[in-house]
Amino acid sequence: MKHQWLSFLWAGALAWVLLGCAKSVSPAADGKFTGFVAPANFPKPVYDIPAYPVTQAGFELGRKLFYDARLSRDNTISCGSCHIQGAAFTHHGHDVSHGIEDRLGKRNAPALQNMAWYTSFMWDGGVGHLDMQPIAPIENPVEMDESLASVIAKLKASADYPPLFEKAFGSRDISSARMLQAMSQFMNMLVSANSKYDRVMRKEGDSFTADEQAGYELFKARCATCHQEPLFTNQQFMNNGIGIGPNDDKGRYDISLIEKDKYTFKVPSLRNVMITAPYMHDGRLRTIDAVLRHYAEEVQASPNLAPGLNSGGRLGIPLTANERLRIKAFLATLTDDSFIRNPAFAEQ
Amino acid sequence: MISIFLMTTLALVACKKDTAMQYDPNVKSEITLEFDNVAGDKELQLNTGSYTNASGQTFNVSLLQYFISNISLTTADGRVYTVPQLESYFLVKEQDVASQKIKLMVPEGEYTSVSFMIGVDSLRSTRPIGERPGVLDPANYPAGHEGMYWSWNAGYIFYKMEGTSAAAPADPTGNRKFRFHIGLFGGMTAPTINNIKMNTIELTANGTAKVKTGRKPVVHFLHDILKTMGGTTNVDLAANSTVMVSPFSANIANNYVKAFAHEHTHNE
Ligand code: HEC
Ligand code: HEC
Repeated sequence: MKHQWLSFLWAGALAWVLLGCAKSVSPAADGKFTGFVAPANFPKPVYDIPAYPVTQAGFELGRKLFYDARLSRDNTISCGSCHIQGAAFTHHGHDVSHGIEDRLGKRNAPALQNMAWYTSFMWDGGVGHLDMQPIAPIENPVEMDESLASVIAKLKASADYPPLFEKAFGSRDISSARMLQAMSQFMNMLVSANSKYDRVMRKEGDSFTADEQAGYELFKARCATCHQEPLFTNQQFMNNGIGIGPNDDKGRYDISLIEKDKYTFKVPSLRNVMITAPYMHDGRLRTIDAVLRHYAEEVQASPNLAPGLNSGGRLGIPLTANERLRIKAFLATLTDDSFIRNPAFAEQ
Repeated sequence: MISIFLMTTLALVACKKDTAMQYDPNVKSEITLEFDNVAGDKELQLNTGSYTNASGQTFNVSLLQYFISNISLTTADGRVYTVPQLESYFLVKEQDVASQKIKLMVPEGEYTSVSFMIGVDSLRSTRPIGERPGVLDPANYPAGHEGMYWSWNAGYIFYKMEGTSAAAPADPTGNRKFRFHIGLFGGMTAPTINNIKMNTIELTANGTAKVKTGRKPVVHFLHDILKTMGGTTNVDLAANSTVMVSPFSANIANNYVKAFAHEHTHNE
C-alpha cells in the first residue's frame, strides 16, 4: 500500500512536470490530495458534497471498486472496461457498449465527467442520484449481470477490501451504502475543467485563435441553447432529429411514459468531444464532421423534434463549410489533457 | 363501616375502570398494524390457492409483496402522530408472516384512523444511498423475483404480484405467468407518471385502537388481491399479463389503493 502510494506520488509529480498547467482545478493531479474543488467557472454542485465530502481514503477505495472486475458476475468486466480514461471515460470505438460474455447493450457509453453537477444520469435520465448509478450496470444482464447483494458478499469475503473500508469509513463493515458512497467519491472527483476553453474563460493567460474565437461565437449562437456552458449541456431531454433507430429506442419515454418525451435523449456534454467518438445515444455517427453535417443537412422531421431545430419548416441549423471548420476548431478547445492523463484517475 | 368501605372500594374500582382509559400522550406504547392478504372470502395461499377475477379468469399467486410507509395515526380528539420518516418503511411479504405485522411505538391514545402510503415517497426515492436503510437498501433484496428496486429507472417497486393463469399468454418457456410490478414515483428532475398512493382507513366502525401501556392493540387490515385485479379497472390477464413500467400500471395502482380495509381491532 505504502509502495503504491509512493509510485502514485511519483506518477503525479511526473504528470505535474509534464503538464505544467495541472493547477488548482485537478486537485489530485499533482499527487497532493486536496479533496473536491469546484472550478471557479462552474456553478454550485448538485451532489451534496458538504454532507458527503470526498476523503482521500474514500476516493481511493472508490477508484479500486471502479476498476475491479469482481463487480461483474464472472469477474471479467469492471466499470473501467467500458469507461476508459484516455477517451474521457467513454468506451472508445464502440458504438454500443460491450458487456459480459460480449453481450451488446443498446446505448453508447457517455463520458464520465463533472457528474457532481448532473441532475440525472443515463441517456434517458433513468437514474436520479449518482450513488444509485453503479447498481444499473452491475445488475444489467448485458453489462455486468451481477446482483448488488452478491457484490457486497464478494467484497466482505475478500482479503483486500475490509481494511480499505476501515480506512475510508472507520470500521471494517462493508455495506452497499459505503460501497456506493466510495464510488461516488471517485466519480465526483472526475472533474474536467482544465481545457483550453476553461483557461481562456478563467483568463489564465491563454487566448483563442481567430478560428476558435469565431467558432465560439457560432457555437454560442447555434448550439449553446442545448449544449449550455460551462457543462455544455442544459441537462434537458431533447430530440435532435437524428431519426428513430432500428431498435426503436424511445429514450426518455421509457422512463417517464409521457408522450412528449418519446425519442428524446439527455443533451450530452460536449466537453472532450473530440476524443469521445462515436456520437449520439447509439453511437451511430462516427465523426464530428458527420455530426455537423447532421445538424446542417440531415435533421429529420421526428415526433417531438426540438423546436429550435425547425424554423418555419426549415429543419436543422444552417452551417457553411467554413462555419463547420470554425465550430470544429472551437470544439477542439474542449479537450482536457490533464483530465484524461491524470494519474490519480487511472487504475493503480 | 364495613359497608361504607366496600362502597368506596367499589366506587373506586368502578371509577378506576372508567378512567382506565386515561391516556398520557407523553408516554409511548406499542401498536401493531397487521396486513392480512386475502382473495375475496378466502385466505390467500401462495401457489396452491385458486382464485377467479372479475373478468372470470382463474389464477393463482406465487408472490405478493408491497411497501407500506409514511404511517400516521389520528386519535378521537384529533391528535395526529406521524411515525418518524426513517422508521416508517415496511415491506409486507406474503411469504414472511413476521413482515405482515408492523409494530410501532406511538403516544398513548385512542386511535380512530390510520393513514399509510402504498409505496415509497418521491423524496426518499431521490435521497443518497446512506439515507436508505433496511428494506430500502437495494442490496437487501434476495436475487431474483423478490427484488423491489429498478436500477435502470431508479426507483422502488411499490407493489409486486406474480402468478400464473390459463388466461395469460404463454411466454417463451411455455409458462402462462402474469407479473404486476408497480412503481414510478413521479420523477426526480423531470416528471414521470406517479403511482404513489395514500390510504386513510377509519377504525371507528370496526374498533378503535386503544394504545396504553400494558396493552398490545392489533389493528387487523385485510388486503384483498381480487380488488387489485378488479375494481376501478377490471384486469384482463389475456391483455395485461405483464404490467411494469407502462401507463396501465396506474390502473392497477388505482385498484389496489381500494383493496385495503379494516377488519377488526384487538385491544388486549
Ligand atoms: C458494458 C459496459 C459498461 C459497464 C461495465 C459500465 N458502464 Fe457505465 N455506462 C455504459 C453505458 C452504455 C451507459 C449509458 C447507458 C444509458 O444511457 O442507457 C453508461 C452510463 C454511465 C453513467 C451515466 C453518465 C451520464 O452522464 O449520464 C455513469 C455515471 C456510469 N455509466 C458509471 C458506471 C459505473 C460506476 C460502472 C461500474 C459499476 C459502469 N458505469 C459500468 C456502459 C457501461
Ligand atoms: C435543440 C437542442 C440541440 C441543439 C441546438 C444542438 N444539439 Fe447537439 N445534441 C442534442 C441532443 C439531444 C443530442 C443527443 C441526441 C441523441 O443521441 O439522440 C446531441 C448530441 C450532440 C453530439 C454528440 C455528443 C456525444 O457525445 O455523443 C454532438 C457532438 C453535438 N450534439 C454537437 C452539437 C453542435 C456542434 C451543435 C450546434 C451546431 C448542436 N449540437 C446543437 C441537442 C442539441
